[in-house]
Amino acid sequence: MLPEQENKLKSVKDITDNLGSVGYISTDQISTAVYIAHHLRKPILIEGPAGVGKTDLAASTAKFLNLPLIRLQCYEGLDEGKALYEWKYGKQLLYTQVLKEKLHDILDEVDTMDQSMEKLHDFDDLFFSEGFLEPRPLLTALRQENGAVLLIDEIDKSDEEFEAFLLEILSDYQVTIPEIGTISSPVPPIVMLTSNNVREIGDALKRRCLHLYISFPEADRERAIVEARVPGISDDLLKQLVSFVQQLREQDLKKLPSISETVDWAKVLLLMHADRIDPEFVRSTLNVLLKFETDIEAVDNKIIEMTRKANDPSPLRR
Amino acid sequence: MERTLTNFIKALRAADIPVSIGESIDALKTVSVTGYDDRTFMKDALSCVVAKTPEEKAIYNDLFDLYFSRDTSKTAMSNFGDEASEDSEGGEPSEGEPSEGGNTVDQLREMIEGSDASALARAMEVAAEQVGTENIRFSTQRGIMARRMLDQMGMRELEARMIEMRSSGGGGDKEEAEALSQIRDELIQKAREYVEQQYAIYGEAATERFMEDYIQRARLTEIGPHDMDRLQTIIRKIAKRLAAKHSRRRKRRNRGQLNIRKTMRENASTEGIPFKTVWKQKKRERAKVVVICDVSGSVAAYARFLLMLIYGLNEVIPDIKSFAFSHKLVDISSKLEDNEVKEAVKEVIKEVGQGSTDYGAALGALQTEHWNCIDRRTTVMILGDGRSNYGNPRIDVLREVQAQAKKVIWLCPEHPSMWGTGDSEIPRYKPFTDLMQQCRTVKDLERVVDMILASYTG
Repeated sequence: MLPEQENKLKSVKDITDNLGSVGYISTDQISTAVYIAHHLRKPILIEGPAGVGKTDLAASTAKFLNLPLIRLQCYEGLDEGKALYEWKYGKQLLYTQVLKEKLHDILDEVDTMDQSMEKLHDFDDLFFSEGFLEPRPLLTALRQENGAVLLIDEIDKSDEEFEAFLLEILSDYQVTIPEIGTISSPVPPIVMLTSNNVREIGDALKRRCLHLYISFPEADRERAIVEARVPGISDDLLKQLVSFVQQLREQDLKKLPSISETVDWAKVLLLMHADRIDPEFVRSTLNVLLKFETDIEAVDNKIIEMTRKANDPSPLRR
Repeated sequence: MERTLTNFIKALRAADIPVSIGESIDALKTVSVTGYDDRTFMKDALSCVVAKTPEEKAIYNDLFDLYFSRDTSKTAMSNFGDEASEDSEGGEPSEGEPSEGGNTVDQLREMIEGSDASALARAMEVAAEQVGTENIRFSTQRGIMARRMLDQMGMRELEARMIEMRSSGGGGDKEEAEALSQIRDELIQKAREYVEQQYAIYGEAATERFMEDYIQRARLTEIGPHDMDRLQTIIRKIAKRLAAKHSRRRKRRNRGQLNIRKTMRENASTEGIPFKTVWKQKKRERAKVVVICDVSGSVAAYARFLLMLIYGLNEVIPDIKSFAFSHKLVDISSKLEDNEVKEAVKEVIKEVGQGSTDYGAALGALQTEHWNCIDRRTTVMILGDGRSNYGNPRIDVLREVQAQAKKVIWLCPEHPSMWGTGDSEIPRYKPFTDLMQQCRTVKDLERVVDMILASYTG
């Protein structure tokens, strides 16, 4: 890693400031995790409800470090071929077809079986060389000269085998390709894995990672986030809408509104030139915050109460 | 300093946070990066390394505060590391302490009266180290641990001096004895507090684990009402563990097997030259369970646990049907889905649990009224002692059930030696079950359910 980047990771405070400069409002816990990950050269496993900025943390880290962000989205059935590298099967096949036509010329002068085999062996190696190698995200990340931020998104959606396969890469930052050899990374990437807890992550993987749990933000932090994302929003409106969302999160809902939904809602409010939130208005835009019909019905009769509380000019409730 | 950390990790392990050796090495590295001075920084950093679920983080936070709060005076803390290592090497203590490694009466007095908190804390740490208070596991050990600590600190001499003063009779001596007695009380108080804290750090979770272990092995009928809450937690834990184990992927690639038909269709545009390959996939069946519970008298207690466990698993068993019977069969699925299982079962037992048991009638009703809930994916679990009051057991129905279902599993709370005695029809039912299993403890339950779930991992 270049000295310039080292410098940006010098202390927890620097990390918080730098993340702030690219629009990510961090907490001490989050910055500490990044700091420790950098110093111990360990991947971070980030867990938490959907939409609290897990993926964004990786993107923002890459941004302030001026490193490429390499993202691997996990899904059921993801395998090494899609994650690490693949042989360009089509190209190999094409070249084989070409070779087939030339075969006569090549084997023209040889008389014995042994000799022709030897000649053909030369081509064998050709087909499994770098030229036919299709690097996928993991290999790309390992081969970055100046390091990179590798984001393995939603690891819980992948299969168990894939998790096991990641272990070598995450502990040694190297991979072995049988036909070529071991490729190790000149500068280990900063690795972040995210999980929504669709299934429990295996212990072996957890042991190799640092663990960071990001929960819904406190009112103060949420205000800062909305302010950073939706510049131009008035202080009063900001206070009210955050207070309202915070109250919503205390309700018994199927899916609680996340930060990204708060931000969306703020944008909607700004777009509609609202200067304060009132029940009628909330009711008509509630579908931005809540994504289940049952949830919307559940809070319907509490809206008046909640907006009243949110509009309450007395010092903040939370 | 390292010992402080290793002891902390020991405390974490005692509180059920599994810190591996690799993680403790990471913890040491982390602390070497953060240092001990900034406690919040250290707390946040260590939290990433050792606590890896939200629950563990909560325990960790409490324990961290508890563990590192006792050295509020930082000097005591930073001196302690060197002090302790000196002592344990057996070198001559530098402060002229008596040979047993305790403190002189005057020193003790100095600590209490001079309210030299750090010296007292240090002395207590040293004494605790030698007594081994971190090995405390049960609340009953608190008294003896405190006493041993005090002995280690030189309490005996103080008491001896006190008695001597008291018996000598002089006025000044009496006063002196009084003062010593006060110091003694204060020391006892301090030692008790210390041990109390040590118990909170190392012992409480261990006691809890011991109780849980005991409950899992105890016969379900022997578990009293006061342990019910604990049992419920255990069942929830088991359900979670089983769910985690079996909720892994539903689809599995059957590597190496080419799906020829699909591959050819896919590559029609390249004249059948296989540029794209399609591989065969195996689909995993979704578990489907039908539970039939005898809720008469003695078996009712078991029924409750079985239902609690099965419904705790709805994450991995999406399709559950349950019936209860004593003299007639009742579909209780909807009741259990809507209510808390504990309450629902009570209600069901009240409703169905009267009258004499009739297995034949129950099986008959299953055949005539609910036959369509059994197909070849279904595992049928029957819980009952098979005591049918000499009625017709309807073995023929069970035979048909077995032919229709994936598996028939019979859980019997009675010991095998009782099977077939009196009106027990178990030996006659047995040939038509895939498994006839004694089921008397939580462990038994867990094993059977684990097995059922494993049979769906195709």
